[in-house]
Amino acid sequence: MNERNERIHGVACTFRQVSDVFHAAEQVRDAGWKNWDVHTPFPIHGMDQAMGLPRSPVPRLTLLGGITGFITGCLLTWYMNSYDYPLIVGGKPYWSVIFPFPVIYECTILFAAFGTFFGQFIFNRLPHHHHPLFDLPQFSRVSDDTFMIVLEARDPQFHLDESRNFLLSLGGQEITVIRD
Amino acid sequence: MANAHDSSPERPAILDRVRPAELPRSPLILNNRGFHWITDKVCAIVEEPTPLWWKVTFAAALFIASFTFVGLGYLVSTGTGAWGLRSPVGWGWAIVNFVFWVGIGHAGTLISAILCLLRQKWRTSINRAAEAMTIFAVCCAGLFPLFHVGRVWFAWWLFPIPNQNGIWPQFRSPLEWDVFAVSTYFTVSTLFWYMGMIPDLGTIRDRATTWWRKAFYSLLAMGWRGGNRQWSNFEMAYLLLAGLSTPLVLSVHTIVSFDFAVSNVPGWHTTIFPPYFVAGAIFSGFAMVLTLMLPLRAIYRLHDVINQYHIDNMCKIILATGTMVGYAYATEFFIAAYSGNSFEKFAFVNRAFGQYSWAYWIMVSCNVITPQLFWFKKVRENHSLVWIICLFVNVGMWFERFVITITSLANDYLPSSWGYYSPTIVDIFTFFGTFGFFSVLFLLFVRFLPLLPMAEVKMVTPQADPHAH
Repeated sequence: MNERNERIHGVACTFRQVSDVFHAAEQVRDAGWKNWDVHTPFPIHGMDQAMGLPRSPVPRLTLLGGITGFITGCLLTWYMNSYDYPLIVGGKPYWSVIFPFPVIYECTILFAAFGTFFGQFIFNRLPHHHHPLFDLPQFSRVSDDTFMIVLEARDPQFHLDESRNFLLSLGGQEITVIRD
Repeated sequence: MANAHDSSPERPAILDRVRPAELPRSPLILNNRGFHWITDKVCAIVEEPTPLWWKVTFAAALFIASFTFVGLGYLVSTGTGAWGLRSPVGWGWAIVNFVFWVGIGHAGTLISAILCLLRQKWRTSINRAAEAMTIFAVCCAGLFPLFHVGRVWFAWWLFPIPNQNGIWPQFRSPLEWDVFAVSTYFTVSTLFWYMGMIPDLGTIRDRATTWWRKAFYSLLAMGWRGGNRQWSNFEMAYLLLAGLSTPLVLSVHTIVSFDFAVSNVPGWHTTIFPPYFVAGAIFSGFAMVLTLMLPLRAIYRLHDVINQYHIDNMCKIILATGTMVGYAYATEFFIAAYSGNSFEKFAFVNRAFGQYSWAYWIMVSCNVITPQLFWFKKVRENHSLVWIICLFVNVGMWFERFVITITSLANDYLPSSWGYYSPTIVDIFTFFGTFGFFSVLFLLFVRFLPLLPMAEVKMVTPQADPHAH
């Protein structure tokens, strides 16, 4: 990376058609880029494969949340109804997994949902209100009907002129340099 | 990239002899609308100056909502006797209204979660509004048990929070399960609704022209950039939340039915209750979705996005679940007769022919007979009639809960303690007001948040397919 790139976030280029951006993404992937992204108004079916993205890690936090919720539900009901204030009800055991099962079940779902919801935020690094892309006038149409490929300057392959030409060769329409 | 289906070498031999009929799928979005049209259509609802109908309806809704708050204020300062609750009927309209409103909510989760897992693409046009309906309906539902506890300032005892008495909630009680089920349902539905809305809030943010609008929607959109790396996690999280909401929504009305079924009151103590309640909840919820969406569709001219195909599908679900509910009514009678339990037999004969038979027959005619009209295409295409039938379904489902709750309590084991329950004016005001409370919340949603999930609607248009040309 040369000095000129220090204040440059990357190069962006817009596309108008889903199929164009899809095939362009496949070529960027095949060229071996690592730090790049395709910004789209809606998730494009098959784009994960076209970009060569691995499977999303969100399910790990869902599982973690679910296990935590199950254990929390068990401990909560056991501690309250059997340990801290044991009460004989109908001659039944103080605690079993059966009678508070609805509570344990709901706790499992609740915590798994928290894991999923916050997992999405954590892995997407949100909230993130300041980003160089937001300064780009074209970017406001990306949430409407425009598609954008961004090659970031921190990728080892990045070179301003070459990357710009590469994007041109992919059939992009408007090429812009994004400054930090 | 070549489409794998085009050049398949193994063409079945049968295709040389027969010509398969063309069965085109109904288009989800009519008139081949583009992405920009969808954005404009949905954002305009939020961006246009406040329309007059909205102001008038909002004022009316606020006025109606005040009935709930005055009613509840009177109740708290007087006591739950103000609700017409006395022996033998300790669960009056409050519980009826609670089950009614919770049930309404279920269609929203069915549309957003179960239909998502079943890959029903038509859900995208209605899921946002239906999810909003879920959340607001649960808000209305929650009011009733909250105030039914009597001393509402002690309602926090229902939650596992340490208190000076050193006692804890009793987890053997279905009412306690309900606290967990309904609060989890509310929380998860809200998370799901909000998360699904983030990309659309980003769209409104990007179009914002005034600073306060920009600030408000930027805050809500969390800095969403629509990068595919974000979409990948988003879609996974969305699918997982759908997967989690599905067992959740089934459990919520199951547990609501346990409030009845776990007791040993004749007419309540039956194993059919969980599936019967869930079917009824979806039935009433879809009726409410249509009750809300048909006027909105007309006001905002959303005919291309919510078209006859969507309305047909919803009508057919109402028909299917309504028939299931009717089947459940019949099964209850059969099991009561077959059980050999004289109290159980009496409970059902009493429902149909006893002092509350008027309510029973309103229930049957609204829930079982009216939806049968949806067999006819002409009826499904007449939207005023659809709307009226949906109102009947809403009325019928309220009466279903009334029949279940009241008839069993008013005439249980001992004839000497039978009674006749009537609501008081406070009951009527409080329930009437919840429609205003619901409308206030729903109108605010329509005005300030994206009514349709733009990103998801765009995703199901033909031009969103990367392999289409």
